[in-house]
Amino acid sequence: MIAIACMIGFVAISAAMLLCLYRVLVGPDMPTRVLALDTLTINAIALVVLAGIYWGTELYFEAALLFAMVGFLTTVAYCKYMLRGNVME
Amino acid sequence: MIDYGELAISVLICLGAFFLFVGSFGLAKLPDLMRRLHGPTKATTLGVGSMLIASMLFFILERGIVSIQELLITTFLFLTAPVTAQMISKAHILRDKTDRKNLSPTGRDVGWSVIDSPKPKEAD
Repeated sequence: MIAIACMIGFVAISAAMLLCLYRVLVGPDMPTRVLALDTLTINAIALVVLAGIYWGTELYFEAALLFAMVGFLTTVAYCKYMLRGNVME
Repeated sequence: MIDYGELAISVLICLGAFFLFVGSFGLAKLPDLMRRLHGPTKATTLGVGSMLIASMLFFILERGIVSIQELLITTFLFLTAPVTAQMISKAHILRDKTDRKNLSPTGRDVGWSVIDSPKPKEAD
């Protein structure tokens, strides 16, 4: 039962990532693209956690934690760049 | 005989996947950025939250391991998601000049907080 639920989850999250990718490519302005990249990172975290459930290993949680941290940092850096025209001042 | 733990894990996985898909679908479909922010910020925290609860339940019930990393990921995501949403909307307000004309007046002697200066206007 868990394997079937994992397959449904894989399909749904992959479709969600494709929709985010569409918004990254098409998105009319820059904050929309940054928001789409942030959502893509959150979907990637969910995909990694789901892969950890499917294969039954705990190794993937460190990858998910790294994704969470790096995704937050990149979003904040992009927003800082959009607001100030500079990342480090 | 149904295994209720397995059933709960499966339902949580399907619920999380549904919420993640709805969030990204809202991001792709809604017309402008302030409305697009609603989808990802609410739905993906719910989606990732239920996915991580499913993972914790799986490792407790099936493997007998209590793992702390899920709680770490949940705490970190729930702390950082509002911060990113606020920064993106602030960047949008500062960059988009056309939306500023549609703002209603504040009715006080100071203007809107991000756009105008925080000091009260000089009385003529």
